[in-house]
Amino acid sequence: MWRDSLLVAGKDLRIEARSRVGLYQVAPFGVVALVLFAFALGPDRTQMAKGAPGLFWVAVLFCTVLAVQRSVSVESVDGARDGIRLSGLDPAGQFLGKAAAVAVQLIVLEVVLGIGVVLLYGASIQVPWLIVASCVLGTVGLAATGTLYGALSAGLRVRETLLPFLFLPIAAPVLLAGTRVWQAGLAGGTESYGSPWLRLLVVFDAIYVALGIVVFGPIQEAA
Amino acid sequence: MSTNQHVPAPPVQSRRSLWTTRIIGITALVATAFTVWLGLWVTPPDQVQGNLVRLVYIHPGVAWVALYLAFGLAALASVLYLWPRTRSLYWDRLAAAAVEVGVVFNVCTLISGSIWGKPTWGVWWAWDARLTSTAVLLVLFLGYLALRRVPAEPEVRAKRSAFVALFAAVDIPIVHFSVLWWKTLHQGATVLNANLSPTIHGSMAWTLLLGFIALTLVFVWMLLVRYRIGVLEDWLGTGELDVALRERQAEGASLDDDEAAA
Repeated sequence: MWRDSLLVAGKDLRIEARSRVGLYQVAPFGVVALVLFAFALGPDRTQMAKGAPGLFWVAVLFCTVLAVQRSVSVESVDGARDGIRLSGLDPAGQFLGKAAAVAVQLIVLEVVLGIGVVLLYGASIQVPWLIVASCVLGTVGLAATGTLYGALSAGLRVRETLLPFLFLPIAAPVLLAGTRVWQAGLAGGTESYGSPWLRLLVVFDAIYVALGIVVFGPIQEAA
Repeated sequence: MSTNQHVPAPPVQSRRSLWTTRIIGITALVATAFTVWLGLWVTPPDQVQGNLVRLVYIHPGVAWVALYLAFGLAALASVLYLWPRTRSLYWDRLAAAAVEVGVVFNVCTLISGSIWGKPTWGVWWAWDARLTSTAVLLVLFLGYLALRRVPAEPEVRAKRSAFVALFAAVDIPIVHFSVLWWKTLHQGATVLNANLSPTIHGSMAWTLLLGFIALTLVFVWMLLVRYRIGVLEDWLGTGELDVALRERQAEGASLDDDEAAA
């Protein structure tokens, strides 16, 4: 399972490294989203700094949709999906691999967006470990749920429109928890305030990663 | 040549199930009428809330059906469909019917809650934990219905939908806890914590109970009817294809005859 997941993750990440879609399209989209939020909130920097945690996570969520779409669409042509299924790779390994590849891209993206939030909104990070922990845990949850829904919608012609509708409400707890931990980690927050939310993220991650490992094989049959 | 003779007969509903549905429907109608009568004319207005209290005979019942009965049933039926030993399209149709009726009840929950909220809290919508979880639940199951509208083979659609229902059902407790903390950790007591649950007794309690029973019966009736529609839809889907195939074959056969004659 682990070896298979490394193979799949390596494949997806190599495709990304060569095509640079994430770098040239998804990451800039995230930055555009940050700028648009700033326009929506007005030029008041204190208000922006206050909204920074939520806006960061909303931008991450939107980018997750794009990253998952991309992760599905690279396998949608030339019968690649059937090829992978015929390859005999363990479905659980495939799930972990695809989710890991999405997670790695999201982490890179979050670094970019994090810098953007600090520079553009004037948010100052007081408790770095809370920020890092929430990003890692939130990313695992988003990548796991995103990969599950990506696989479910893989064969659908209406994938582009249906995926965000199905995925975003499921990811609502990640948005809530991530935002609260960020509020605790930025200036003006209280540190103790973040820990229940981190636990919530751990539970969310554990449930969906476990679910993915169990059901990814049957999901591929249904797609 | 008449093609009608090729149309497969619609699946017959047994007399027993037909009558069960009818009796439940009539009972639901009577119970609802009684609830309306008791709720609007017999019970007294509340000392604090006045006539607004009458919503309490409807709103909790609708919410119970929407949040627990319908979506619980849908989750259960979906799991039973996914479980290989109990896999059957019956569970799929039942889940679909439960979600569809549940969404109607969910919308009614939100609407009746809003009607009560505006005069009581002064706002149509409060970002209270329950309201927010109810809204998220609605969106999750609207997604389920959207997925079901995507044309697919019945088995593929059933499996796909069952997975989405399962993921959504797993998400609901997490959503509930997160929005609960979201409120309680973020700010102090919410509006709902104010003394809004006065002890009720006498005719009010009975009306409330009857409201629950009436709405549950309405749900069961709608579920049975929707299930039957699902059966007929499936029959129509396969039947139409059969008819179309036979028509094309008949066309081909008549062309062959013409060629043979010429």
